[in-house]
Amino acid sequence: MNGLTPFQTLGPFFDFGLVIPNGGIIAEPGAAGRHVSIEGVVRDGVNDTLPDALVEVWQANAAGKYRHPADSRGGDVEAGFYGFGRIVTDENGRFTFKTIVPGRVPGPNGSLQAPHLAIGILARGLLTRLVTRLYFEDEPSNGEDPVLALVPGERRSTLLARRIDGDRYRFDLKLQGDGETVFFDV
Amino acid sequence: MIYPRPPAGTHPPNNSPGYRSTILRHPKQPLVIVPHTMSELTGPVYPYGRIEANDSDLTRQHAGEPLGERIIVQGRVLDEDGRPIPKTLVEVWQANAAGRYAHRVDAHPAPLDPNFSGAGRTLTDDEGRYRFLTIRPGAYPWRNHDNAWRPAHIHFSLFGTSFLSRLITQMYFEGDPLMPHDPVLHSIPDERARQRLVARFDMNVTQPEWALGYTFDIVLRGSNATPMET
Repeated sequence: MNGLTPFQTLGPFFDFGLVIPNGGIIAEPGAAGRHVSIEGVVRDGVNDTLPDALVEVWQANAAGKYRHPADSRGGDVEAGFYGFGRIVTDENGRFTFKTIVPGRVPGPNGSLQAPHLAIGILARGLLTRLVTRLYFEDEPSNGEDPVLALVPGERRSTLLARRIDGDRYRFDLKLQGDGETVFFDV
Repeated sequence: MIYPRPPAGTHPPNNSPGYRSTILRHPKQPLVIVPHTMSELTGPVYPYGRIEANDSDLTRQHAGEPLGERIIVQGRVLDEDGRPIPKTLVEVWQANAAGRYAHRVDAHPAPLDPNFSGAGRTLTDDEGRYRFLTIRPGAYPWRNHDNAWRPAHIHFSLFGTSFLSRLITQMYFEGDPLMPHDPVLHSIPDERARQRLVARFDMNVTQPEWALGYTFDIVLRGSNATPMET
């Protein structure tokens, strides 16, 4: 086995290198599914907001299909659905992205997962990527999700996007302290 | 493809108080170990945009040439079995020769270079090779501790084969006297792992009358090896 290349921090001065035009549009208006916008704030252990964080999103389309060769299940992913998003927080630590609610994808042992987005967070002061997931609070299948089931019950709410109104959801990321987001070891 | 958990000591702990900015930003709750499902075993494979010819030549993105020592940085992107990862996106960004980033927040009193932006991107070829032409970045001070200086470095971002192979790192230069003093590099516990971030001066890559060459190979998570039954 070859030794892995280690992680290092993104540092504070990355956005001229990593910003992508329209990186917060994960699905174009023509993509199938229920269109939603998600907004949130990234905060540290003393509730200060992070003006220099990068939030990356990865998800399946409305049929539960990933745009990736390892997902060999039938069907194509439609044009206009990208599945990937990359958003730099603004000076107030805010991020926003537009997407669709993904379909359910397979989990371990023949299970089905609830609709979710895989999230990676990178920033100055983070020496690796923090990994978490976003679930939708109003999805009835959350109760049978095999990954949510691994999270201590009292902390599961940190993974739920709250419906603000219509198709707007709120999902904050708290890196440390009260209300700390559940992060995963993948 | 399987993705074994990285060996202890390879990646820095998020709580690395020598690097002061980690103090309020690292999670204090234990990470929840989760299985690798379709959501983790897939990932963005060159997800966006077009790559222009000058994207991998950071010396030709403006009307004139940037100041500084012209260098070639090249290497291979491999999985843990040593197999090349073709057609994967490699993004880089860096300070200019004076140690200043073309970034609105960088307040270091060193000159900006109107002919240098410091950002590049490329795709690996079928053998996993990438190549950038750029200038050697300068060291610069930061406020982590008294008389703190970052060694010269180039930031790298890679995707690899899945959500699990994503890597953000920094490449350093062989022989840089600032490396032993840098808490960011030394947040990596394993000395052998730290050495993997140091690009080697390479006479075979150096182009006569033109540019010094450095080789920096990158190994991302992922293996086809059959796990040992235990």
